[in-house]
Amino acid sequence: MNQSQKPLDITARQSGQSGFYSDVVKEHFFHPQNFMENEEGYEADGMGMVGSPACGDVMRVWIKVDPQTSRITDCKWKTFGCASAIASTSMMSVMLTENGGMTLDQARNIKPQDIMERLGGLPVRKIHCSVLGDKALRMAINDYYRRQGEIDKIEIEQGRVIDKVLKITDHDIEEAVLEGADTLEKVQNKTKVGTGDPSCIPEVEQLIRFYKEKYFG
Amino acid sequence: MKQQTKDKNKKLKPAKKITRPVLAYLDNAAATSLDKRVLKAMTPYFSDIPANPSSLHAPGQAANAALKRARKSIAEHLNGHEDEVIFCSGGTESDNLAVLGTISAAAKFIKTNHGADAVPHVITTAIEHHAVLEPLLHLQKTGVIELSLIHSDKEGLIAADDVISAVKKTTVLISVMYANNEIGTLQPIADIGRGILKYRKQNNSAYPYFHSDACQAAGYLDLNVEKLHVDLLTLNGGKIYGPKGTGLLFVRRGTKIGAQILGGGQEKGLRSGTENVPGIVGLAKALEIAQQERIKESTRLTVLRDRLIKGLLKIPKSRLNGHPIIRLPNNVNISFMDIEGEAAMLYLDAKGIACSTGSACASTSLDPSHVILALGMSYEAAHGSLRFSLGRQTTREQVDRVIKYLPGIVERLRLISPVSLDMSHFTNNQ
Repeated sequence: MNQSQKPLDITARQSGQSGFYSDVVKEHFFHPQNFMENEEGYEADGMGMVGSPACGDVMRVWIKVDPQTSRITDCKWKTFGCASAIASTSMMSVMLTENGGMTLDQARNIKPQDIMERLGGLPVRKIHCSVLGDKALRMAINDYYRRQGEIDKIEIEQGRVIDKVLKITDHDIEEAVLEGADTLEKVQNKTKVGTGDPSCIPEVEQLIRFYKEKYFG
Repeated sequence: MKQQTKDKNKKLKPAKKITRPVLAYLDNAAATSLDKRVLKAMTPYFSDIPANPSSLHAPGQAANAALKRARKSIAEHLNGHEDEVIFCSGGTESDNLAVLGTISAAAKFIKTNHGADAVPHVITTAIEHHAVLEPLLHLQKTGVIELSLIHSDKEGLIAADDVISAVKKTTVLISVMYANNEIGTLQPIADIGRGILKYRKQNNSAYPYFHSDACQAAGYLDLNVEKLHVDLLTLNGGKIYGPKGTGLLFVRRGTKIGAQILGGGQEKGLRSGTENVPGIVGLAKALEIAQQERIKESTRLTVLRDRLIKGLLKIPKSRLNGHPIIRLPNNVNISFMDIEGEAAMLYLDAKGIACSTGSACASTSLDPSHVILALGMSYEAAHGSLRFSLGRQTTREQVDRVIKYLPGIVERLRLISPVSLDMSHFTNNQ
């Protein structure tokens, strides 16, 4: 059977590859692209950070922007986390800067799914907890506009931030419930919500009930 | 017809060979390879003797004889009796049988003696293996038992006095592991056992029973149940160069315990199911070799262990988890600040070094190792922990390979990491 005709299943390991991670993930993990080797002297136009070391993932993203074209000309990052966390931030930096760089509007719309697709998929339990780079990026873009004085272009994170440490929004929880997570434990397995900021757990439980009723009656 | 044969052959194709050679397998606490001598002892029982040991015909009796020999050999190594050895599928099943079996058998006794509302009380430690903790936490959650968790000191040692002073009238079971699987700390089993005996004598009571999980200890420590004063002891073949999927529970004569698997009544009715004869023969052989070689092997590995610890602690912002001396001869567990364990483990894997990590990212749960957290270490430190468990194949060259490559790997991951915490973050100050 022709592999390319099969629909791409981004949640499963790529068939035909041995091991836990895809070859692309391994490539970016062992040879990370664009990571910030030396912060000194690097003049970023915007910076964003998400996560905490206690949760097991921290991502920091720096961008340089061409003000004429609003395109990202450079992206640097640092990540504390597992192989998929490092590989996904590395891949995101490549996606942002290839082909002359993404515009800020395009960059804002990068989703974890887009990064995973380029990585050739991630093991199921790695998906939500390790791909946080897009959130750090959106913070960096807002930071850029703030520094530029273009306050009107700052976009508050779509949805409401529930977990202030991990920047997990009600949308993330909605998505997890839609994917079948119907208990706090299952939603946590997908999103890690509440591990950095346990005070939000009662609200998370409420949201799970709300979305369960909304979608599953 | 021809097509069928072809398909069949395709199916039976052996698994793809590991392309990258393993140059240093240092994950022997997770699984050991099967000893060639064990394999040799097992081989005839796979195909030459087809029968069920319960069958009365000659082939059945041949299988039964093998089973008896294995049981006798194991009983001798434990200094117990043949009828005290219950074979099962491994450490987890053995732990579950010990815990669930004794509690279910004691429930009626507790109600008769302490009132209809009384529930059995159980004591275990916060650093116990999941195979003991999970069934106990489940029973606690469902109101079947009252549970006391004894905390270790910051080096992972459980004080015998802490255990004994937690005993009350309703205590039916105390479960303390012999050696910890993650940090290798050895517990004072004999001291706890003596304390329990004294309590039982003073109170003229059959309870509490004493169970110890000795899966990690079996290759290095004395398993004499009379010296340890245990009523129940768990062993696992897959951790002592025996076959995976084999294990046993030692159950002292007179110990009241209920079966968890019901059926044909094998293993004195405590573990139904046709006996795994080749597995049991292998388990007996593996235990025999492990106990024969344990002192020599302990001496050899202690030197390598300390060499590895000394070499790795030279890495800045690193810390040994567990006790420096009162630990298994094959266990090294170190936390490195500012990096995540799974990433370091995979970089080591690329250098042909296999180890494991207490990081949440490498497990199916959200939290990092409960053992390292129980030592009072921070989440950050637990995420950055690596365990190297040495074994029979471990050489000085392999240990030196880790010492050679890990500093560079830690340095590189720290370069990628946005986190830079000081040493105070090793411990949990909350």
